[in-house]
Amino acid sequence: MDNEPFAHVLLDQLEGRASATGTQFKWDGEAWAGTDFNRFWVKSEGNIARSSMSDGDQEFLYDRPIPRMRYFDAQIGVRADLDSDPTRAWAAIGLEGLAPYEFEFAPTLYIRNDGRVAGRIEGAYSFRVRQRLVLEPQIELNFYSKDDKARKVGSGLSDLDGGIRLRYEINRKFAPYIGYVYSGSYGSSAAFTRATGDATHTSSFVFGVRVWR
Amino acid sequence: MHTSNCLTRRHFMQSLIAAGIVTWAPGQGAAQMLSQSPKILEGTTFDLTIDKLSVNFSGKPRTAVAVNGSVPAPTLRWREGETVTINVTNRLKTNTSIHWHGMRIPTDMDGVPGLSFEGIRPGETFTYRFPVRQNGTFWYHSHSGYQEQTGISGAIIIEPQTAESEAVDREYVIFLSDWTDVDPHTILSNLKEDGSYYNYHRPALNHLSGDPQTKKFSTALAQYLMWSKMNMSPTDIADVSGSVYTYLCNGVPPSLGWKGLFEPGEKVKLRIVNGSAMTFFDVRIPGLQMKVVAADGNAVEPVMVDEFRIGTAETYDVIVSPENMSYVIFAQAEDRTGYAKGILATSANNEAKTPTMDPRPIRTMADMGMKMKGMAMPAMSGDGKMNMSGMQGGGMEGMSNMDMPANTAHVAAGHDTSSMTVRSDSAMNMHVPPEEVARTMWDQFPLPQPGRDVLPVGTPTSVPSPLPHLASVLKVGPEVSGIAVITGPKLSDPGVGLQHNGRRVLAYSDLKARYPGVDRRSPTREIELHLTGNMERFIWGFDGKKFSQAQPITLRYGERVRIILVNDTMMEHPIHLHGLWSELENGNGSFNPYKHTLIVKPAERLSYLVSADVKGHWAYHCHLMFHMEAGMFRTVVVA
Ligand SMILES: [Cu+2]
Repeated sequence: MDNEPFAHVLLDQLEGRASATGTQFKWDGEAWAGTDFNRFWVKSEGNIARSSMSDGDQEFLYDRPIPRMRYFDAQIGVRADLDSDPTRAWAAIGLEGLAPYEFEFAPTLYIRNDGRVAGRIEGAYSFRVRQRLVLEPQIELNFYSKDDKARKVGSGLSDLDGGIRLRYEINRKFAPYIGYVYSGSYGSSAAFTRATGDATHTSSFVFGVRVWR
Repeated sequence: MHTSNCLTRRHFMQSLIAAGIVTWAPGQGAAQMLSQSPKILEGTTFDLTIDKLSVNFSGKPRTAVAVNGSVPAPTLRWREGETVTINVTNRLKTNTSIHWHGMRIPTDMDGVPGLSFEGIRPGETFTYRFPVRQNGTFWYHSHSGYQEQTGISGAIIIEPQTAESEAVDREYVIFLSDWTDVDPHTILSNLKEDGSYYNYHRPALNHLSGDPQTKKFSTALAQYLMWSKMNMSPTDIADVSGSVYTYLCNGVPPSLGWKGLFEPGEKVKLRIVNGSAMTFFDVRIPGLQMKVVAADGNAVEPVMVDEFRIGTAETYDVIVSPENMSYVIFAQAEDRTGYAKGILATSANNEAKTPTMDPRPIRTMADMGMKMKGMAMPAMSGDGKMNMSGMQGGGMEGMSNMDMPANTAHVAAGHDTSSMTVRSDSAMNMHVPPEEVARTMWDQFPLPQPGRDVLPVGTPTSVPSPLPHLASVLKVGPEVSGIAVITGPKLSDPGVGLQHNGRRVLAYSDLKARYPGVDRRSPTREIELHLTGNMERFIWGFDGKKFSQAQPITLRYGERVRIILVNDTMMEHPIHLHGLWSELENGNGSFNPYKHTLIVKPAERLSYLVSADVKGHWAYHCHLMFHMEAGMFRTVVVA
């Protein structure tokens, strides 16, 4: 009775990003299926600009609530970097949940069999302006232990994607939004990016929709 | 057909004989709607057919599951002392069942699939047959999946063998329910993804403009942050709201209003049943005082009230003496997102003005059983006072001007702060050796319902009021998002949103049984259970465990136990024990009220006595359907 499986898909960001250098399309979402204590998760994100895809990141994770923790789940699985650049595969282990003050927090550690390590921290906060009007600051940080020139990532803090979006929940499952996003690459990542002629710091106006079902 | 029941009995006998599916769509027209109170079936043999039915309660056509083509199901009228036979035929493609809520019957007639019987398979007819050994207002509903939400529920009226209740000129069943156009499975699924999915009154920036009482930004912000820190919301009143519910009175939406007629000067008995899946109703009839004469089918000493809260699955009988042209029976949902409405009128043409809903209630830290900095503990008098003055008043200044209503004093006075800690029942080893049950007593099992001519059995032993309790052994985790630090009795608290509203509101402490309890024995064992949950994950349970993680609770046949419920969650739970009476310990001793469903308020600790006088497997659960489905369910085995 109480172990019935459920499934949901949430596309948190499904948006166009207009900046001085052009427009790109970005998606970032997750899906889960399973019971209260055993869930299978898929996380997916990527950018598409000028018919090339970057930042492609697909994760397939097993998820379990952590004993003694009220709002945090442990997740373990694999991450595949799939886009126009060379493919990479990682083992992934992370946390996902609500920190105090309703702060959404998801740090993940990634390990490749050649000993490379990467990390990602995602955070977001939903500030309810009115019942259906929500202001959501969000940030994602990526770290790498070693340079990977082919994928334009450098050691240390490689890149950051932060934004603030104002959405209107027409209903709970369909909320168009507008916002502002900054994304930047740092250290040797910035150098790799510059070498390809791309901008290392981009400020964009975004418009999109947050949907789930 | 909106005449009194007694006038129409013969007609319904005929329709019973004609038994077949009557097809009608409730939304087809107002005139037709008004004529469609649930039918009344009477006698000792009943044929009930469960089938799909197209309905329209909200303006959109939908498919309900109905009993004899009626939502709610027909009202069944039985007589105490007779044996009833009910043939239930399943014309659905899925299994079904009917549970006789509050009925003291053999376990294999109780109708809980997987526990006491198999369920009724598609195309099958299952025959329920049992002697009716009680009287009063009860109800019946499906115990299969979400069928209770989608239409299978109706009232039961049982006439006493000897006329002993107050004579009235007319009576009506007021069957309250919540209808949704959304598939209940989708509702639970949405709640698993977002526990606040149906709450459109969450804390928001506009609430920070000032605290309701002090108008201070700093107070409002401090409270906002306090709740936010715990990832909880003070506006979690109901999980499913008027955003998807249409609240029905006898199957009629409030836009039309069910209508019952009376002659001026008549005494009218209203048998009010909360047959909803998820909604607590606050019921009043502006302009009329209600004399409460029975609770959950059992007679109580009459008490005059302006208003009462009826938890899911509870029933109350009230008597009113309407004089004027018309009155509104106004049943607002606890979260004030909608209401069910009926009209009592002297003519079908008379309308009555619907009152506006009360302000939405707000949970307080006291509801969470939280200690607060700078807050003196005596405020936690366990009577709900702190609910009003504690957080909302912004701390100490709000508390200095608190007054103590007379009806709350006696509980508060007897309250012992040193005992305000909790323990889990995991150490259920507090056995006092079972007393010798006299042979004559066994012969009387199952014990009769209290009544004028019923003699009590058994003798009290020296076990006093609840045994001392230890600190909680519960730990927070995925199933437990909070543990109340301070719990206590709240029996004279009418509930959040009803305190100090200027009306005389019924509280559990007002319920004094009219007839003495039947089992005089003192309990020989205590079982303490904590009501637990995690709103964010929408997991509910007892003692931090869902149904699937827990062992049954075992009672020895013949024993008398005290069950202590401690609510560690921030929501009310209507807890229902099948098959056995729950004798609420509200300070009336031998006249403690017999109930089948008990509301336990946030941070409340209450106790009740149970005589294990019928063997079998019984369901024990929260009657909020989605809480039950999410784990707040146990099997109680009497063996
Ligand atoms: Cu129940």
